[in-house]
Amino acid sequence: MGIRVGIPRALLYYRYYPAWKTFFNALQAEVVLSPETNKEILDAGVRLAVEEACLPVKIYLGHLACLRDRGADLIFVPRVVAVEEKKYFCPKILGLPEIARCSVPGLPELLTVEVNMRKKARKVISCLKKAAAVFDCRPGTAEKAIRAASKAQKRYGLAMSRGGLTPADYLNGVQSAANNHRRLKVGVLGHAYNIYDLFLSMNIIGKLKDLGAEVITTEMLSFEAVRAGQECFSKESFWTFGHELLGAAGYFHKKGIIEGLVLVASFGCGPDSLICELVERYYRRRQEIPVLLITLDEHTGEAGVVTRLEAFVDMLQWRRQTL
Amino acid sequence: MKITYPHMGLLTIALAGFFQDIGLEVVPPPPITKKTVNLGALHSPEFACLPLKINVGNFIEALETGADTIIMAGGTGPCRFGCYAQVQREILRDLGCRFEMIILEPPQGNWQGLFRQLKRLRGNCSPKMLALAGLNLWRKLKAMERLHKKSLKVRAREINKGDTTKAYNKGLGMLAEIKDPQAIPQVLRDGLGLLEEVPKDSNSQPLRIGLVGEIYTLLEPFANLRIEELLGDRGVEVECSAYISDWIIEHLVLNTLRLPAGLAVKKAAAPYLNCFVGGHGRETVGDTVRYARRGFDGVIHVLPFTCTPEIVAQSILPVVSRREGIPFLSVSLDEQSGEAGLITRLEAFLDLLAEKSKKNFQLSRKKSLFGKIGSNAGKWR
Repeated sequence: MGIRVGIPRALLYYRYYPAWKTFFNALQAEVVLSPETNKEILDAGVRLAVEEACLPVKIYLGHLACLRDRGADLIFVPRVVAVEEKKYFCPKILGLPEIARCSVPGLPELLTVEVNMRKKARKVISCLKKAAAVFDCRPGTAEKAIRAASKAQKRYGLAMSRGGLTPADYLNGVQSAANNHRRLKVGVLGHAYNIYDLFLSMNIIGKLKDLGAEVITTEMLSFEAVRAGQECFSKESFWTFGHELLGAAGYFHKKGIIEGLVLVASFGCGPDSLICELVERYYRRRQEIPVLLITLDEHTGEAGVVTRLEAFVDMLQWRRQTL
Repeated sequence: MKITYPHMGLLTIALAGFFQDIGLEVVPPPPITKKTVNLGALHSPEFACLPLKINVGNFIEALETGADTIIMAGGTGPCRFGCYAQVQREILRDLGCRFEMIILEPPQGNWQGLFRQLKRLRGNCSPKMLALAGLNLWRKLKAMERLHKKSLKVRAREINKGDTTKAYNKGLGMLAEIKDPQAIPQVLRDGLGLLEEVPKDSNSQPLRIGLVGEIYTLLEPFANLRIEELLGDRGVEVECSAYISDWIIEHLVLNTLRLPAGLAVKKAAAPYLNCFVGGHGRETVGDTVRYARRGFDGVIHVLPFTCTPEIVAQSILPVVSRREGIPFLSVSLDEQSGEAGLITRLEAFLDLLAEKSKKNFQLSRKKSLFGKIGSNAGKWR
């Protein structure tokens, strides 16, 4: 095999991994994925990061350290500025390559690709080609890799929006979601890297399922549904994640498809501090659907989360019987 | 329509005059006190940044004193500020306040929305009056900023503690009261004269510190616990990296005309952070580099707790500090920050700087110790 490209299993991995893997495989590179988040990775990340950084960024740095120790030749740290016009990702994702370089000593070379759809799409493609040139392939391979990657990403999106799968299901090879329609329907909203990281979120989704709830997430909604839901709020959010969260929350409420909403945010998350506030106030005023906000940081205890989830589901069951 | 707006350092004073000039009734927000901050923190989201909380406190107090219309700026991200007005409106609405909010959103290619909002403000004042009022605002702001810059230099050398602050406040008061714009240069000269008269120790060689960071916490003395005065009282000459007039030129004039802005700072930041990360993240890095190259003794980085762009800068500053050879102190501020804690940290930092600058004096500054910059930007450490 060719060059070993390390991909940290954190942050945008949950959103774009199928595309990344296809891209690098098409370039004859070997993809080295860091293991699922564990205590060691978390501790390494907490040591490396400035203390005010949010939990997902700390965990990302932990994954980088892990890949460094596993001897990857290159580590893929993309700078994803925007994937839509007039929208941004979080500033920490914009500055991720610099945060990585300044925080983790002894890293191998970083492969950074700038993705900024606020500029022309042509520019993004030329950035991708430049990245592909590192792998020394025959001419034309880069174009093929980009096409294959975009196809893989589309398949991933469809499996979630039509098949009702969560990213975690898909990435772990689950084929179809078994839904039981008599179960409680609970919406779980939060950034993908928070709610699908089993360690970070303490498997909130799995715990809800065990308590007899069917979980609905943003990824299961279509682009149009999110857009329609966003109209419940006065200003369209300029963050991609914020837009999806507001849109899904608005859509869930408008269509009445959920009986309870669980918001998951990390401690000190800038965008979510305001977005979750808007959602909470919207739901509270209408008093139809209960909301639970769970804030995660490196000190969160599992027992506390279990207690809160159990109490929430109990309350939803009780509401169903009495209303 | 009784208009109010949030506090932001010197801009508050200049804005009151501007709205009066265009014939609007203004209820300036009462001065920020501990109560303002507590009120704001009580009703705002827990992890919102300090400026949002102080704004909410300002609005509640201004509405209590009779205002009914709030003017607030919008934004296009990725800094949280662009979302402030919407969240603040929901908070005040849930509190049962009666008010209207005029949000001035940057046009982003669509000027109609902005014009509609501005028209509501303009009422029946002529374009000429508006232009004149704008010019006044600008000249007053510039005059106050000159006074501020001078006060930072004088305070470091004053003999009787507190003289400078007294003279500076008197000068600001004189500028605030001006009705006739023709008088601005004269009043400015008088104000500068007041500062000139403060008894000084002209032989002192004060430590020089640059203030970098998020613009609101830099400009609003209440938010940064009057850090400039705290430093000045200890005989330190401070330079502030951000002024609201520069921000206006850069964001409201150059960016709207799509002209390049802030090139020197961007260039200085480039080896460390060569992209926009929202807010003032890139400026923080660039200004730190520039202070280092100008031979400052240290840099103090102020930011509101949880400010995302500044956390990016904070992650990068240790490397800048090592390679440019400039010590830095990061001070993150929220409603819980206390003066005593800040003073302890500042004094410890000043001790270090004093020690270091003495050493540097003996050894002569050896900048080459820290390596050449920019030659291998891809591989730090």
